[in-house]
Amino acid sequence: MRIALLADIHSNLEALAACLRHAQAAGAERFAFLGDLVGYGADPEAVLDIVMERASRGARVVLGNHDQAVAGHSTRNMNPAAERAVEWTRRQLRGDQAAFLAALPLTAREGDCFYVHASADAPQRWTYVSDSLRAAHSMDGARSPYTFGGHVHEQRLYFQGADRRPQPFQPTPGSAIPVPRHRRWLAIVGSCGQPRDGDTAACYAMLDAAEGELVFHRVPYDHARAAHKIRRAGLPERLASRLEHGR
Amino acid sequence: MSARLGTGDELDGFLLGEPIGGGTMARIFRARRAGSDVPLVMKLARLDLGEPGASVVTHEVEQQVLPRLSGTHVPRFIAAGGLDRVPYIAMEQVDGEPLSGWVARAPLPSEDVVRLGVAIASAVHAIHQQEAIHLDLKPANVIIRPGGEAVLLDFGLAHHARLPDLLAEEFTRPIGTAPYISPEQVLGVRSDPRSDLFALGVILYELATARLPFGAPDSPRKMRARLHAEPVAPRALVASIPEWLQEVILTCLEPDAARRPASAGRLAFDLAHPETVAITERGRRLARASAWKRLARWVRAAGYEPAPPPRSQASLAPILLVAVGAPDAEVERARSMADAVRRTLAALGEARLVCATVMRPVPDWGTNDPGKTAAREHLRHLVELRHWAASQGLPAERVTFHVLEGDDACAALLDYIRANAVDHLIVGEPKPWTQSPGWRLAAEAPCTVTIVRARI
Repeated sequence: MRIALLADIHSNLEALAACLRHAQAAGAERFAFLGDLVGYGADPEAVLDIVMERASRGARVVLGNHDQAVAGHSTRNMNPAAERAVEWTRRQLRGDQAAFLAALPLTAREGDCFYVHASADAPQRWTYVSDSLRAAHSMDGARSPYTFGGHVHEQRLYFQGADRRPQPFQPTPGSAIPVPRHRRWLAIVGSCGQPRDGDTAACYAMLDAAEGELVFHRVPYDHARAAHKIRRAGLPERLASRLEHGR
Repeated sequence: MSARLGTGDELDGFLLGEPIGGGTMARIFRARRAGSDVPLVMKLARLDLGEPGASVVTHEVEQQVLPRLSGTHVPRFIAAGGLDRVPYIAMEQVDGEPLSGWVARAPLPSEDVVRLGVAIASAVHAIHQQEAIHLDLKPANVIIRPGGEAVLLDFGLAHHARLPDLLAEEFTRPIGTAPYISPEQVLGVRSDPRSDLFALGVILYELATARLPFGAPDSPRKMRARLHAEPVAPRALVASIPEWLQEVILTCLEPDAARRPASAGRLAFDLAHPETVAITERGRRLARASAWKRLARWVRAAGYEPAPPPRSQASLAPILLVAVGAPDAEVERARSMADAVRRTLAALGEARLVCATVMRPVPDWGTNDPGKTAAREHLRHLVELRHWAASQGLPAERVTFHVLEGDDACAALLDYIRANAVDHLIVGEPKPWTQSPGWRLAAEAPCTVTIVRARI
């Protein structure tokens, strides 16, 4: 079974649509959304409609820090641009959409997979899994062969070696990586809606659970249109320009 | 579980035949698919020797790397069995003689050393181009097919740029085979393709002299000597080894990877073209360097830093072949060719330029002194090639010239391209035409082909 894994969509409709089209063509049968559906981008309503519809058909969705902030909790630790986007987003959402966000779980488990936005050992602390040590903590918290997360916007795979210390690996987009389930793996699937590694293309990953293979993908999308909508909505300029540069 | 499997047993539809080897890591059997006569080889990981440590990991590495490699220089992957059941790899049975057979007959005549060296270097180049590094090259892991091609076996210690390196930092000791391991591998670096060139240098040394250049150290401490050790000059052991061959072998054995040949393709090229090898003190020496120089090497080794691995294996010192036509071809086309070559060289970086032209064999009849005439023809072509290349303004060591012979110019070029692992061919062509030489070369050459046409 093929599971498409998308994180950090951040209200970017163009990026989400491009990734879903790509995943569909690549044979995705299930979908998991790993948090931060909203924030930063100009299309929170449309993005949520798509995700809610997928959720009604069995897709798993977990809560991100931006989702939590929009759903009415605090905007603590957020930069001013993110905070403005959160407040703007709150005003756009319908009641059922806000309720959907408020009801999202912090983590979800599906077969051999554990889904979380940040770190599985303390999901509510929004820790960035940005090195081997933090990857080790998250893997220990998940206690699953596969841990999938986002929050950090760059694609990265951590794998457990014989000495049990996770090793980081920089995946090549489009290249299948064998991920046999007798080892533990933690994949940061990369940001769908706000890539930050200098490449404007949207990120997602696909697990073929039967074959034990994981592929990281990069999908070019109409980022000019997404940026234009952000400017038109009066959101901070920085949020638009970073889509055009991928940083 | 695999310990109990043996000859006559069936596993996933494969029938196990007689055992044909193996060691501490694996047991190897002849095999075939039920209902098929195609001879296969089945490699079963050893799980019965206590600690499921290195043997399982190396088996897992080979299961990942081998299916991603293709071509005549690796055994074709057939199937693999998961580590959760019976870990095995089924692959093509490669006919030929293991290189260890040749080593047993060493010292070999230099022609044989060169021929084997070109074959192995071409095989290594082929896997490097597929983003893999073998990291355990030794005579037991190379088979020479009856046709002379080399096949590389056992990818249990290999590194593949697109796969997580399961062996990285798993074991703190150096991973490899002691006599052949490179200095950077001793320090744990597993991502430099030039490590394979070092092992190849050890193999060439062994074939040429019947001795191992660094012996067979049995501890990591003794292996560290490789960071500064200078082997006895091959010519001091076997006087008939030519200087150029010693130059090539000792260049492969440089402790600093950056001083070795830039790629296996380049090494194959140098071995096949002795006249292009610049002979230095390294090639001429008969004795070991002075005590003073050895001390200097030792001091350098104390601060040994492995050279940074090249960024991309694909971009390693590519070979650019330009098929130069007759000099009386239109001026416009000649200019377009020169422009195309200049642009390509600028983009390729450290490329080596090979200028070639094909001349028809001079017939034996119709002349009183055929040898002399052929030689004169050859020389005339060479002069024209040199003149053509002068406009590129490249340093002499980056350009070579070849006058190939053959009635079929395309076939001659294709042979040269295959034998020398050419990366890119540039060929001129007067006008679009589906039967043209350029068309045929583009269809058949196993490399990038640029067809140059003059603007009309």
